[in-house]
Amino acid sequence: MSKGRFGKFGGQFISETLMPTIQELEESYNHFSQNEDFNRELTDLFNNYAGRPSLLYFAENMTRDLKGAKIYFKREDLNHTGAHKINNVLGQVLLAEKIGKTRIIAETGAGQHGVATATACALLNMECVIFMGEHDIKRQALNVYRMKLLGADVISVTSGTGTLKDAVNETMKEWSTRMDDTHYAIGSAMGPHPFPTLVRDFQSVISREIKEQILDTEGRLPDVVLACLGGGSNAIGSFYHFIDDKEVRLIGCEGAGHGVDQPNTAAALQAGRTGIYHGMKTIIAQNKDGQVNPVYSISAGLDYPGVGPEHAYLADIKRAEYVGINDEEAVQAFEYFSRTEGIIPAIESSHAIAQAIKMAPEMDKNQIMVVTLSGRGDKDCAAIARYRGEEIYD
Amino acid sequence: MTKIKDAFNNGKAFIPYITAGYPNIETTEELILAMAEEGADLIEIGIPFSDPAAEGPVIQNAIEVALSQGLKTDDIFSMVTRLREKIDIPLVFMTYANIVYGYGTDRFMEKAEKVGVQGLILPDVPFEEKEEFSQSAHKRGIEMISLVSPTSKDRMVKIAQEGEGFLYVVSSLGVTGTRSEITTDLSEMMEIIKMANPELPAAIGFGISGPDQAEEMGQYSDGVIVGSAIIKLIDQYGEEAEKSVRKLTREIKAAANR
Repeated sequence: MSKGRFGKFGGQFISETLMPTIQELEESYNHFSQNEDFNRELTDLFNNYAGRPSLLYFAENMTRDLKGAKIYFKREDLNHTGAHKINNVLGQVLLAEKIGKTRIIAETGAGQHGVATATACALLNMECVIFMGEHDIKRQALNVYRMKLLGADVISVTSGTGTLKDAVNETMKEWSTRMDDTHYAIGSAMGPHPFPTLVRDFQSVISREIKEQILDTEGRLPDVVLACLGGGSNAIGSFYHFIDDKEVRLIGCEGAGHGVDQPNTAAALQAGRTGIYHGMKTIIAQNKDGQVNPVYSISAGLDYPGVGPEHAYLADIKRAEYVGINDEEAVQAFEYFSRTEGIIPAIESSHAIAQAIKMAPEMDKNQIMVVTLSGRGDKDCAAIARYRGEEIYD
Repeated sequence: MTKIKDAFNNGKAFIPYITAGYPNIETTEELILAMAEEGADLIEIGIPFSDPAAEGPVIQNAIEVALSQGLKTDDIFSMVTRLREKIDIPLVFMTYANIVYGYGTDRFMEKAEKVGVQGLILPDVPFEEKEEFSQSAHKRGIEMISLVSPTSKDRMVKIAQEGEGFLYVVSSLGVTGTRSEITTDLSEMMEIIKMANPELPAAIGFGISGPDQAEEMGQYSDGVIVGSAIIKLIDQYGEEAEKSVRKLTREIKAAANR
């Protein structure tokens, strides 16, 4: 019987060779997620290493400027390593240590998940190997250096398009040759069960904190929660504890690249259809023959042809809404937010900010909007400068 | 047309794999004919997928070349239609879940039956997920070939018991590709499989590089599957690979039956 379904989405579409390992991971996770000592240790890492809880920041200037809803930002950019990614890797690497693994492998696109994984491995004394597309290695030399500095090996992936989706394929292949001592710390709430659930649970600290913090400051729940999504881990983490609160609108913002009706897009939920990919049944961007489309967004973190299966489900049952934000809108939001609030946002997070800029003026002044600022934007400055025609290199 | 199990009536079966469309669909068609003439008992036709998670570098490259030329799944169905005028050995498709699902599962199975394909191997669909495809396949008389791996352990019994067509025994961990040695205890694996389902033929694949390994694997099993070694000949000789592929087919069929 198929496991790990969200409606018709999810499942475990992987090789027989990996099935026993995936099942063992599921059993171990079921055990440790209920284990007090494990949860205490993880909370300690969150609070005393990653710097949680992260702030819920009231953006007064932006609120005044847009003349609509009160806008709050969940500051995942203030976490150690500068993004929400650390929540997931601390959880997975700690779990891997508990089940006796000594080696962590992971894929990375722009390098953010790779850096976070290498960080957790340095802390918890694990061997670390990161798979990264050859094109991404060239574009993100600084992150490659960071990973190596933290003690990781970085393997160049030359197959396929040499980008994130191929790095996922090669990491999965590596896992199928060596699983006894190795855990694959997947970077988003995607892949075969139990990964979408496990990653969501580790990221759901975001919505748990938002709920506590907003009840504390405003005494009520927000009207809308916004987050960007590629695979969708920060979005599902931001949504999770609000799913049962039907009055809270949940909106995911995909990287639409040149536009959702253009070939150069990464907005899978806008332009895709149901398929089976990277171990899961979900919505993917594909052609009539089921070949997966090469995708594009200015944001390397959103540049993925699918979404995690729980998002496909939330879209299907219409509990969450999903919109596409194109490159130009995201870049304008990146510039606006830096100027208005003195915070340089990740280009990924700028997709959610762009949606906030569209929506806030249409809302009443007594309404509340929470936007997850998934990461900091220092990493993006050189690329955005180039987008604007200014040649600087980091 | 013969059934999949008939492929195992002629001594140890030789099952070659070939990536459709590498280096082009005409060459694939010629090579399938040639292998059938030289004694191949069943042929696995690989339908290229953009993200072939079970393939090593040799087959991965063949798939990328085939797709870069704009190969469509319908081109492969047409090729099989032409082949069926000339050969009657069983043919199976080896591909990935989304090639079937993305085409439309019922539509794919209907087309496969119509052109004369008897089975389907989907390496990214394990036992727990097979119902996604099996109902539609069975309606069209397509058999779903299951895989067992050295890691399967106590899963082997249920997989073998519910197996159909033949059982694909994966010799080693990891992906497809030739290996200098296969270290798995295959005789132990085969014993468990045969005890669980004595009627189901079992063929070994992954890593068989040539006649010597084929001879060894033939001792344990009902057949041997060779893929990357054939693709390597096409890497080397391109459209002129027929002569060398014929020779390898003869050698492996003979070696497996020594």
